[in-house]
Amino acid sequence: MRWRLPVWLSLPRLDPVLLVTLLLVMALGLAALYSAGGQDAGLVQRQGVRLAVGLVALAVLSQVPAHVLRIWTPWLYLFGLALVAATWFVGVGRGASRWLDLGMVTFQPSEIMKLAVPMTVAWYLHPRILPPDWKDSAIAVAILAIPAALIARQPDLGTALLVAVSGCFTLFLAGIRWRMIVAAGIAMAGAAPVLWMFLADYQRARVMTFIDPEADPLGAGWNIIQSKIAVGSGGLTGKGWLHGTQSNLEFIPERHTDFILAVLAEEFGLLGVGLLLGLYLLLIGRGLYIASVARDTFSRLLAGSLAMTLFVYVLVNGGMVSGLLPVVGVPLPLVSYGGTSAVTLLAGFGILMSIYSHRKFIRR
Amino acid sequence: MLARSAHQPLKHEADEQRLFARRARLGFAIMALCIVALAGRYSYLQLFRHADYTTRSESNRVHVQPVAPNRGLIYDRRGRLIAENRPAYRLEIIPEQVGDLEATFGALSDLVDLGPEDLDRWRRVRPRYRVFDRIPVKFNLGETEVARLAVSRHQLPGVVVTPYLARHYPHGALLTHVLGYVGRLDVADLERVDAANYRGTTHIGKIGIELQYETELHGTAGVERVETNARGRVLRVLERQDPIHGSDLVLSLDVAVQRAAWDTLGDRAGALVAIDPSDGSVVAMVSKPSYDGNAFVHGIGSQAYQQILAAADRPLFNRALNGGYEPGSTLKPFIGLAGLENGVIQRNKRIFSGGEFLLPGQERPFRDWKDGGHGWVDIRGALEQSVNTYFYQLALDLGIERIHAYLDQFGFGHATGIDLPGESRGLNPSPQWKQRRYGEPWYPGETVIAGIGQGFNVVTPLQLANALAALANGGARMAPRLLYARKPPGTERARRSEAPTAQQIAVRDPRNWSEIREGMRRVVSGPQGTARVIGLDARFEIAGKTGTAQVYALAEDEEYDEAEVAEHLRHHALFIAYAPAGDPRIAVAAVVDHGGAGARVAAPVARAVIDAWLAQELAQ
Repeated sequence: MRWRLPVWLSLPRLDPVLLVTLLLVMALGLAALYSAGGQDAGLVQRQGVRLAVGLVALAVLSQVPAHVLRIWTPWLYLFGLALVAATWFVGVGRGASRWLDLGMVTFQPSEIMKLAVPMTVAWYLHPRILPPDWKDSAIAVAILAIPAALIARQPDLGTALLVAVSGCFTLFLAGIRWRMIVAAGIAMAGAAPVLWMFLADYQRARVMTFIDPEADPLGAGWNIIQSKIAVGSGGLTGKGWLHGTQSNLEFIPERHTDFILAVLAEEFGLLGVGLLLGLYLLLIGRGLYIASVARDTFSRLLAGSLAMTLFVYVLVNGGMVSGLLPVVGVPLPLVSYGGTSAVTLLAGFGILMSIYSHRKFIRR
Repeated sequence: MLARSAHQPLKHEADEQRLFARRARLGFAIMALCIVALAGRYSYLQLFRHADYTTRSESNRVHVQPVAPNRGLIYDRRGRLIAENRPAYRLEIIPEQVGDLEATFGALSDLVDLGPEDLDRWRRVRPRYRVFDRIPVKFNLGETEVARLAVSRHQLPGVVVTPYLARHYPHGALLTHVLGYVGRLDVADLERVDAANYRGTTHIGKIGIELQYETELHGTAGVERVETNARGRVLRVLERQDPIHGSDLVLSLDVAVQRAAWDTLGDRAGALVAIDPSDGSVVAMVSKPSYDGNAFVHGIGSQAYQQILAAADRPLFNRALNGGYEPGSTLKPFIGLAGLENGVIQRNKRIFSGGEFLLPGQERPFRDWKDGGHGWVDIRGALEQSVNTYFYQLALDLGIERIHAYLDQFGFGHATGIDLPGESRGLNPSPQWKQRRYGEPWYPGETVIAGIGQGFNVVTPLQLANALAALANGGARMAPRLLYARKPPGTERARRSEAPTAQQIAVRDPRNWSEIREGMRRVVSGPQGTARVIGLDARFEIAGKTGTAQVYALAEDEEYDEAEVAEHLRHHALFIAYAPAGDPRIAVAAVVDHGGAGARVAAPVARAVIDAWLAQELAQ
């Protein structure tokens, strides 16, 4: 069935399905943010500006053909790596040096790597024969592992995880052989105790808290318990917008950032959560569809990886808020308050749109 | 064809695309499954556990907090305020919000006068409270302390300055032995009250009227259901059940009369109880020395407390209620009445007083206080001049059993039943008692001295005044009452409290009673009266009886010379009196510790009280 979009939405090379879905998610997010922030219009306004900036990035990137991106990819990678390294020396932030102060705004260079890593892995695999052999796989792993390790040392476990996963997805979609995946899995399992030793105390505490949140209900377990109370008390239809007691009475920590899904679940209930998850699934599915019709390896791998990375955001954040996964600083995409991740995500969707709209002109 | 060797280095676009599509489908399937699982997790929390989490969410935000009632005020019978509530500030700490308690206490001690005792007490009471409760640290902050805290409080999370109503006794030490005081509620107090009703209360009656009428004065706590945020800050009141404030009480005390006794006693230790014989209401009740109850309201320091405790003249000791005195000659009117009513003596029959009394077969004489005796006296004269030998003979004739039984009717040896906690019972001895107590038989000599109120007899000033009131009103013995009226909250006028029930003492012949009263009238008004000094310029006829309580027994050949005896070994001076003699409106018992003879120091105190009382009574 064919239907026409309003004129203002029919911009060239903007995929209407993605765009409408993204706008719906953002609208839902701003509504939840207004409530979570104590009905602070200024907060919503600031987030709106950031989303607008992200949409501009989306619109710009959607016009850039994928092969142009591919040419710039290694430079972006090296630039991002340099910035991440720079945070070691001039970074700012509470407890962790993640941000660079650019005068007007602070900026988290690790966000660049969320795009740069899958792009670079795709860029590397683009001319190779797929599925990749052991050597190519190893190099691809190195491409994703170096920035992930640097970011993890900042320390920013959530972003490091997302960066690493986006690279892994690229490899997975490139058709890396199952035995390599199994081997990597075994290697990871073997390395887990070593990793545990490298974790900071607070990171270990988070994992322990996840295993038994009731052990310290007023301390580390507080977040999880309060978040679950908010979610559970929301019920099927929720307490109504602006009527979530858990959030309005400040029981939920980080309620406008990482735990905003708890606010949403409390006020809009299971229906609200279901709608949001459905929208995310739609975005992922559409992204994978775009990837599958892309005409070159770079575009295909990149598009698929970007779509699947969104899934990781949703799963990790949703699992954390509902007490299924440990507390890791992963925002709910396009809903959590915070600029950098929204801009990165929207930029990623811009790339997806570009890949989709340029599919017919790219022939190899 | 999928199997490729290293010899085929060319990319195969279609194969790659198929491979990708397979992986993408697989990936999407896994992701969709995961998201469905996540949705399942939310369904579990939001549908199956919904009721449970709703309950937890409710209890999360709704706290029930107590609203303390205002303590009832206390007035004297003329409407003067004698216990009031003044606005004050107290310092409280909410443990949950304080990061480092030690550091906070350290910082606070720079701003507020905080002793180690305050901190110790805080730690002691802390288990009573929950972590988000406010726990009082110091009461009645000074103005400068409040100001200093206001400036620095933002640096001290969890530190709160709360306005409250502090008990204050405007008359200080004058009334402490009656009113008692309220003090900080402690764990022991909670065992005798309904702890739930005292959740918001910081002070409780510790002794005196404040303890006796605690329930009425305290009232009933209200509750507020409040919505709080995670930090315990109250955002709004959802529901409020107002407290029922404590009742105001009107005591039968008259501060002016009390003051008259207090001032006349001067620096001397002693006690005075004045009772209205018509209704048993206590008009004055003084014990000196006293202490300021206000010091105890805000938590007296242990140093100051030790000082009071160690004072030689025992200011904490309530002599009126607990002071056990030998009644001495003040018992004579009761012995005399016992003699008349039992037919042992007759009204006009005279007995010769020769200065000494000898028990048959004994050589040690019992003496009159006057060398050579008083000559021929009847019961009136015997009372007027306080003739010992008359009462030695009378006591011997009555026998200890009948003395004990008659005194028993006047309440000697029993608690009077006054509405104050902790009164002493005194002692009205009997052979049975002596056998029990010492395992010895009663000796006749002990009966003889019992006739003049010596030996084993012990009375409290309150007992003496109450017995006198019964004597004055013709035999109606009542439990003395301090509570005159109560004014429950919301009522316009105070309502008289129920009158105490009177026990009527058997009257065989009213003329016997008149005879005793005439004798007591002559004590003050007669030419030989032992207390005639106070009768000289009195506007009303006073009936009284002097008495002396021995502090130390003299050897047979020793003369008691007041000037030679150290102050603390001097006799206690006693005086009982009622007035007007013909229509008694007040009955007074006064004791001056180590005051020597009763007439000189005790009688003027009683006289001052009578004057103060009758001046007001007759003015009305």
